[in-house]
Amino acid sequence: MLNKRRILMLLVPFVIFIIGAVFLATPLLKGSDPSKLESALIGQPIPQFTLQDIFDQDKQYNADIFKGQKMLLNVWATWCPTCYAEHTYLNKLANQGLYIVGMNYKDNRKKAIRWLNELHNPYQISLFDESGLLGLDLGVYGAPETFLIDSHGIIRYRHVGDLNEQVWNDKLSSIYEEMQ
Amino acid sequence: MLPEIGQFSLILACILSLLQTVYPLYGVRTGHQGAIRSAKMFTVLQFIAVAISFVILAYLFFINDFSVSYIATNSNSALPWYYRLSAVWGAHEGSLLLWVFLLATWSIAVALMSKNLPVESMARVLAVLGLLAFGFYLFVILTSNPFERTLPYFPIDGRDLNPLLQDFGLVIHPPMLYMGYVGFSVAFAFAIAALLEGRLDSAWAKWSRPWTMAAWTFLTVGIALGSWWAYYELGWGGWWFWDPVENASFMPWLAGTALIHSLAVSEKRGVFKSWTVLLALSAFSLSLLGTFLVRSGVLVSVHAFASDPTRGLFILSFLILVIGGALLLYAVQASKVKSRGRYELASRESLLLLNNILLIAALIVVLLGTLLPLVHKEIGLGSISIGEPFFNRMFTILIVPFALFLGIGSLFRWKRQKLSELVKPILIILLLSLCSSLVFLFVFAPALTWLAMLGVFLGFWIIVSVGYEIYLRSTHRYSFIIGITKLGNSHWAMSLGHLGLAVMIIGITMTQNYSIEKDVKLAVGEHIRFEHYDFHFDQISALNGQNYVGTVGTFSVLHNQQKIAVMNAEKRIYTVQRMPMTEAAIDAGFIRDLYIAMGEQLPDGAWAVRIYYKPFIRWIWLGPLIMALAGFIMICDKRYRTKKQPLTDSKNETGEQNA
Repeated sequence: MLNKRRILMLLVPFVIFIIGAVFLATPLLKGSDPSKLESALIGQPIPQFTLQDIFDQDKQYNADIFKGQKMLLNVWATWCPTCYAEHTYLNKLANQGLYIVGMNYKDNRKKAIRWLNELHNPYQISLFDESGLLGLDLGVYGAPETFLIDSHGIIRYRHVGDLNEQVWNDKLSSIYEEMQ
Repeated sequence: MLPEIGQFSLILACILSLLQTVYPLYGVRTGHQGAIRSAKMFTVLQFIAVAISFVILAYLFFINDFSVSYIATNSNSALPWYYRLSAVWGAHEGSLLLWVFLLATWSIAVALMSKNLPVESMARVLAVLGLLAFGFYLFVILTSNPFERTLPYFPIDGRDLNPLLQDFGLVIHPPMLYMGYVGFSVAFAFAIAALLEGRLDSAWAKWSRPWTMAAWTFLTVGIALGSWWAYYELGWGGWWFWDPVENASFMPWLAGTALIHSLAVSEKRGVFKSWTVLLALSAFSLSLLGTFLVRSGVLVSVHAFASDPTRGLFILSFLILVIGGALLLYAVQASKVKSRGRYELASRESLLLLNNILLIAALIVVLLGTLLPLVHKEIGLGSISIGEPFFNRMFTILIVPFALFLGIGSLFRWKRQKLSELVKPILIILLLSLCSSLVFLFVFAPALTWLAMLGVFLGFWIIVSVGYEIYLRSTHRYSFIIGITKLGNSHWAMSLGHLGLAVMIIGITMTQNYSIEKDVKLAVGEHIRFEHYDFHFDQISALNGQNYVGTVGTFSVLHNQQKIAVMNAEKRIYTVQRMPMTEAAIDAGFIRDLYIAMGEQLPDGAWAVRIYYKPFIRWIWLGPLIMALAGFIMICDKRYRTKKQPLTDSKNETGEQNA
């Protein structure tokens, strides 16, 4: 009797492990590419917000800035090493004439401004989302993330992880080209 | 032709590893002596086969054979030869080959060096290691073959190694880290073998202890190297990012640290045995989990250079078989273990248990912080992100009891300790550590903050109590001078290991609280004063490396009118991948680092320059190095070298040895 109870207790690590494994396995078994998290917002307009400009506290933006042309919304932060790796490619895209809006996510304004001055600023507009409110509405999972938004302000695609030549050529560019 | 030989050799190693598992276990079952002894032979053969294949891959990198697609994607003929060699583990396929090669290395070390292990136990241990190797060989051969050819159209030159990885730190960081990861497989194999045998005793703890210690030592050095690399190479002056991959290496370290402590208790006192086994299983499981997280792309990170869902699925299945199987076996077999030792609440056993609890709590914090975003999304609660502040806060809370109990823990006796005897020592330690930390802060800190005071106090609390404990122990029977020479290796190892932690705590505290950073605009010829240092921007010149071009800014630094350093901060552009990199100039010092990173050139010709003053940052890596030295001293303890007669030996030393 006592022994049985002991075995049950010793089974606890096993059970915990199996539960953990199931959680790790589901995204893989679903066949979903983990870097392509589906967002409930795909096909939806950008949620309403009011955010400050990163350089100028007095300047404020709302969701209207996403209307009028197709663009990229890039979520980044200085605490995120991957964003650092990604930054060069964003500069390259910006040089090709893409309209990119940057959203600085849960970050420090001073550090962020320094980053942009130093690494070159690829963003037409830089939003400062210190509290992560817009990030929450967008379901941001971490930085970096990039959203493709069409000229009506509708989210068309969401990419989690860094943007690079390969990702752009393989997936994003075709969606971007098709967008209006 | 060579790549095919390498591939063939790898397949041969795979078959040999399977034989290494099956045949000796068959021998153990039937009592066939020849089969039992064959384990060693298969281990040696398997090692030779995988070594051949590893050397061939390295050689192919060396001679720039771009017909191999792994080499074409990760090397370039303009790369210096040493980076061409380290490019072997620069990406997924090669680093897995390194993984299995190291696994074979550990296996052969166990086979050749454990002379006093009974042959049957040895056969079991090697069989388990063989099975692990088999899984990884299958993984390499089926999903990530480094010898795959690009024929018939192979490129004239390669795509170059990721510039971030072209660095001395990255030449040795992965092998060290992997030595640690893979090293825990030995502890794992010992634990499984003991469970299979149904014999969990002090002898088991004694056999696996030096191996665990060795793995832990490598892991410690590996993590410290990674942190040092991040500091000087990423150009942001940070030393730890709580990046999922860093966490993946930190988790086995925490489990390993708990393990080396609880192994000590199991060896000395025969208690905590089933807990120790569970830790041994966890340490390696977490190493496997780390591999899974990095390779599957489940978590996106700067390190995830080759994520691929099929690979993830393979590792996950392997993970479930290995860990799940091990934990099931544990549940069935560990229930038979009986603890014989008894101890009271106030005893060293209890404090070591507390050490384990705190380490596991830290482990859970890291595990949750890394996986929770994933799980959270899976349950359908939406996405959350857990960042640096969460980890920092949790660790600040956990380190306080950890350091306090660590300090006095070594003063406690085994079995039972009268608390009244400890009042005086604790008061002395408290007084001394308060005074020394205040003096330290008075000399080195520009201002006092509560957190800085707490951190430095904890550091000195450990230092003072370690010193006091050595004093007490050596004057116990002899005069201090004679007594101190009589302390055993593992006693020194314990003291040093704890000192290492203290050094690291002080380093972290000082760096986090008193670092100063400043962004300035400087033109050539200008200078700026910063923290009693005068920085003169002397010149800017062009830079031509083997596979990069760039500019280098030269700064001379004056302190009290005297020139103390000339620093060269570089901006490089790697020509093949068109990737810009900042090579920060660092003037390293025992109590401070000066750090200059070049930014962009501004329209008026001046440069944006960032300067950091980082007090005591070297201590952050000095601490782990001291810990690693402690581990090394521990492994050299003669008790693990001498043959047979260990019983009488360890009894004599029990009074003096701790760890």
